[in-house]
Amino acid sequence: MNLNLRTLAAIVAGLVLTSSVAAAGSAEKGKAAYVRHGCWQCHGFDGQGSVAGSKIAPNPMPFEAFSDFVRTTSGAMPPYQKAILSDDDLADIYAYLQSVPKARDPKTIPLLNP
Amino acid sequence: MARADADPKIDRRKFLAGVAAGAASAMAPPAARAAEAPAQTTPRAPSALPPSAKTVEAETKTPRELARVPGIAGSDFMVDVIKTLDIKYVPANCASSYRALHESLIDYGGNRMPEFLTCMHEESAVAMAHGYFKVAGKPLLTLCHGTVGLQHATMAIYNAWCDRVPVIVIGGNELDAAHRPPGVPTIHSAQDINALVRDFTKWDDTPVSLQHFAQSFVRAYKIAMTPPYGPVMISLDTGLQQEPMRDDGEKPYIPRYVPTSPPQGDSGAVKEAARLLANAQNPVIVADRAARTPNGVTLLVQLAELLQARVIDQGGRMNFPTTHYLTAPASAVSNADVIIGLELSDFWGTVNSFTDNGENRGIGQNSTRINPDTRLISICAVDLNTKANYQDFQRFQVIDVQMAADAQATLPALIEAVRSAIRNDRKSAIAARGESAKKAYAEMRSRARQAAAVGWDASPISTARMVMETFGQIKDLDWSLVAAESPRFNWPHRLLPIEKHHQWLGRAGGYGVGYAAPASVGAALANRDLGRISVCFQPDGDLMYAPGVLWTAARHKIPLLAVMHNNRGYHRHRLSQARRVDGLVGERPDQGSVRAWSRPQGSSRDGESGAASAARRVDATAVMP
Ligand code: HEC
Ligand SMILES: Cc1ncc(C[n+]2csc(CCOP(=O)(O)OP(=O)(O)O)c2C)c(N)n1
Ligand SMILES: [Mg+2]
Repeated sequence: MNLNLRTLAAIVAGLVLTSSVAAAGSAEKGKAAYVRHGCWQCHGFDGQGSVAGSKIAPNPMPFEAFSDFVRTTSGAMPPYQKAILSDDDLADIYAYLQSVPKARDPKTIPLLNP
Repeated sequence: MARADADPKIDRRKFLAGVAAGAASAMAPPAARAAEAPAQTTPRAPSALPPSAKTVEAETKTPRELARVPGIAGSDFMVDVIKTLDIKYVPANCASSYRALHESLIDYGGNRMPEFLTCMHEESAVAMAHGYFKVAGKPLLTLCHGTVGLQHATMAIYNAWCDRVPVIVIGGNELDAAHRPPGVPTIHSAQDINALVRDFTKWDDTPVSLQHFAQSFVRAYKIAMTPPYGPVMISLDTGLQQEPMRDDGEKPYIPRYVPTSPPQGDSGAVKEAARLLANAQNPVIVADRAARTPNGVTLLVQLAELLQARVIDQGGRMNFPTTHYLTAPASAVSNADVIIGLELSDFWGTVNSFTDNGENRGIGQNSTRINPDTRLISICAVDLNTKANYQDFQRFQVIDVQMAADAQATLPALIEAVRSAIRNDRKSAIAARGESAKKAYAEMRSRARQAAAVGWDASPISTARMVMETFGQIKDLDWSLVAAESPRFNWPHRLLPIEKHHQWLGRAGGYGVGYAAPASVGAALANRDLGRISVCFQPDGDLMYAPGVLWTAARHKIPLLAVMHNNRGYHRHRLSQARRVDGLVGERPDQGSVRAWSRPQGSSRDGESGAASAARRVDATAVMP
């Protein structure tokens, strides 16, 4: 509940503060950074989510909200400060999440339709 | 101690002890030996001498057969006692402190019922017994060196304790300080070896006569097997094992084992619980270790259908079919007005949430997940068996109706009481509840499939796909999912049709990592005898604690499909650290070595048994970029 409000606030802030850094990262470097910083451990290698973390790809939230969340969250996810996760790495991670292809329709996967 | 009047002249096992003591003194410092030796007059010998015939024999040949003790050896009688209880296997790591019993099991007992299984670590031996019980419903015996071996076994005993699983542990111990050999056998002795595990065993004893042993062993078995089940410990004096039985015509008797029936909930409390459930708008059933046997599942389905109440299966056992439309996620507690918890290990955690985020002056956030007027009912046999030191009883939760009783044993009475408490005018509301549960269930399944589809084609393979690809291989067989340790890894319960009691066995209980590999091998042993295929999703860190259990699986031809969940790290631990530090040295075992380990131990894909095809699967699953 708390969190959703915070996320919402971050999105609004992102829309207002148009001067904030735009993301122009590299998806390839981002995949490595995503693994190195351990995001995959809670969100899965493809951002699909797990018991430990929500789905964050495909179609990640706007960059400003994303960045604000990762830097300042105080919920179940640990915050990542700049000293640990640089702006460049964060932009690359975002580019990687943007590059994750849309999920297939589960109906087309025989193993999911026994 | 009885040992004082034993006849030492004819005791083969004392002879064995003598050999051990001789070996110990051969290891004495050279100075001490020089002091005993006659003065040297011969010229200095060359520094390297060929080994003597005796050394060659000791190093290269099977030890010679020794003469048997006349009459009956004490340890032979112990085998007679053990055999009355129909125990099939003794997974154990060998040790001199129980050598007489070991020898009697093989030579006198014929190594059948029980059969000795060679284990590489006492922790593996106990965990094998743990996994075995959850399939077979019968306990195993394990033997260990009373001090160092028991020290190795402790974590697995703690897991069995927390998971309410019976394991019978015998530790050999040389009590008689005046007779036991000095050196190693004395270092390996203690006044009271059982003290080490007393806080997390149901009962322990130190028999001092053969008659006492017979009573202790049958009592230990009976206590372990009375719900709530739990591990028990017997300290077995080496002297008592090695003595011949007295020849005065009096033979110790072996008490007959008669199972104790489990405790059933008080009839008044059962009635009150039934009244609350029958009148509830939205009752929810939560089960953790409720179904001890397949019948427990049948009963739970009956109760749920009678009430059309949704069931949250917390997975301590297979309690409720994942394919049943009344299956509900953990969040279903939030709309409940009555919640009944069956053998919950953590009632507080079921109805509250805790976020370890450093808030609230550093202790994290606690918040309730239920409405303030939700009524709570509990049936839990562990209430009868709470000890003070180890904190497996979890946070305190106030409960409205609580029964210190076994849930499965209480269900028949509860079902009857609910049936008579449901008024006719409630029946249509109950049926409507069922219809909305069906819708919620269909949505839940569809969400799970959609989540599984994300990253379906990704490399490394997603964990959802790993589970479903594995299932694709076994679905037409009689399969048993024997372990999938991480509670974060919930794909099996989200995606698989888990319908039978043996298709899911629950977890370690005490969260002692290093459980999955040996418990899987133990469960696979029981499944092997029942003609089933065992599968586990094997965490990498867990396997690396004591990978020698793969050798045991190969050696004793125990088939197990172990699919490596090779996330190359101590993932769950990392989660708890993530907030504070960005990666610690020591959080990532070199997982390349999972493969390196399993091959030389004879369990690779070319291995004799097909056991633990872990080695092959490492390549196939999550190899990180
Ligand atoms: C310890 C587990 C964990 C790790 C590691 C982790 N997250 Fe999260 N993350 C969560 C959880 C849990 C949430 C859900 C938010 C909440 O409940 O506070 C979340 C939420 C998010 C969200 C917001 C999603 C939404 O729709 O609201 C983003 C974005 C995110 N994480 C990105 C990341 C990135 C990027 C990394 C790596 C730098 C990362 N996370 C590492 C657990 C984790
Ligand atoms: C005996 C023991 N030592 C240490 C821990 C702390 N611990 C909790 S989870 C964990 C990591 C488990 O790693 P792994 O088995 O690879 O499973 P993963 O979480 O990576 O799936 C550790 C070491 C523990 N629970 N038990
Ligand atoms: Mg791991």
